[in-house]
Amino acid sequence: MIIFDLLMMFIIAYIVGFLYYGLYRNITARFQRRFGPPIWQSFYDSIKFFSKKDATSHGWMFYLGPIIMMTGSVITLLFIPFFYDNQNFSGLSSYGNLFVVLYLMVLGALGNALAVGVSGNPFGVMGVTRGLSRLFAMELPFYIAVIGLMSINQSADIATIASNQTTINAFAYPLLFIGALFSFVGMMGQSPFDVVGAPVEVYSGPAVEFSGKFLAILMSQSAIFSFAKLTLMVNLFLGGASGFMELLAKTFILFLFVIAFGSMYGRFKTPQSIDFLLKVPTVIALVGLIFI
Amino acid sequence: MQEGFLTEQKVLEGDLNSDTSHKSSVDYLMNWFRSHSIFVLAYGTGCGAIEMPPTFTSRYDAERLGIRGSATPRQADVIIVSGYCSYKTLRRIIRSYEQMSNPKYILALGSCTINGGMYWDSYNTIKKLEDYLPVDIYVNGCMPRPESILEGFIALQKDISNGKASSWKKYEENYEFYRKNQEAVLGKKVSPAYDTDWYLYDGGA
Repeated sequence: MIIFDLLMMFIIAYIVGFLYYGLYRNITARFQRRFGPPIWQSFYDSIKFFSKKDATSHGWMFYLGPIIMMTGSVITLLFIPFFYDNQNFSGLSSYGNLFVVLYLMVLGALGNALAVGVSGNPFGVMGVTRGLSRLFAMELPFYIAVIGLMSINQSADIATIASNQTTINAFAYPLLFIGALFSFVGMMGQSPFDVVGAPVEVYSGPAVEFSGKFLAILMSQSAIFSFAKLTLMVNLFLGGASGFMELLAKTFILFLFVIAFGSMYGRFKTPQSIDFLLKVPTVIALVGLIFI
Repeated sequence: MQEGFLTEQKVLEGDLNSDTSHKSSVDYLMNWFRSHSIFVLAYGTGCGAIEMPPTFTSRYDAERLGIRGSATPRQADVIIVSGYCSYKTLRRIIRSYEQMSNPKYILALGSCTINGGMYWDSYNTIKKLEDYLPVDIYVNGCMPRPESILEGFIALQKDISNGKASSWKKYEENYEFYRKNQEAVLGKKVSPAYDTDWYLYDGGA
């Protein structure tokens, strides 16, 4: 029955991811004092892009880019258990631990970087270089926080880390949490760290040359990947979840915080965002590592 | 048979919008999705560009209708030609339009795109945009206010969901006509030949 389990995880992440993305656009609109689109607007957009006639071609590597990205997102999702006390919806998490997840999270971005390079669009290449240099800065505080959690629990198993929290890790180890949260805002592509797809600077960056079905795949994977990242964060720091309502509530609170944070701040320049991530959250997380 | 201006108008519009091809229920569904998700390439060609920021930002909020800006022609559905078009700009508009993926639509703002407007005797602007690119919706005025632009968008949405907005097909079918007119003002090197079968020889799948 593991096939059924994996399929359900995929479908849930797809639906909830698009719902959250619609809520993101709606809530951002309210922050800007306007009405905003319907909640399912992103879903309409993706269906429309799937129905577009022509798509750009720059050779087979260009086709592979969005597919590698989708694969990376879906596989990451399947290695993260939804609930800590339930065998259902645990996916492949018994076959791989946190190390595998952290490795797979980078896979999609790297695959897409190759495709964008093949397309030869200078704005796409600029977006990719921005993204990869930000990625290294973003990973450092997050990895430090994760190392702290693994040494506390003496385990790299996500379900174990989630179930071992008597007081949730966000309150028990606040410095680790704050360090990880800064890089999490960047991972969700929110201001002030949204240098990769900046519309007026690099014309949507890595997605610049993708149209039609490729763009639809990229949108779907971004929705799924967002939900995977939220679930990982909930498992690591917010005490995990034992039911769907708890999972949705916790991921939504985290998501709302990220949106609010992103709506408040303008965009950093690329060097500024890397500087900030390498200085403030890294130091906070290191101090937190000392106080374990 | 009725006569008079309104009848002629109906005949003219009927010819412009005639699309008798067979449509299945999936087509109707897809047209509904297309009409509710419009990505706009707001390329500010003329003075009309000044009316677009208020249309898309908080005051008039076009996003509540599913209309939002897109960064590149590859992702866009609608290109707005906002006002007068000099020869120099026309070259860029054609280039951007041909990079967009089908189905794609053109929304023309202002009197200048209809008959030249106040640039009717200018030496370096085109007078009728329709001779060079197929237009789906005209929004007249000098300049049209954001309300008019939104109304034009709603009319376009209706046309899309009825399957009437098919100017991209018209461009493919009458390409020689458009290309001849484009070459008449821009010279021989307009842009690479527009061909919908390009993927067969462009190293594609």
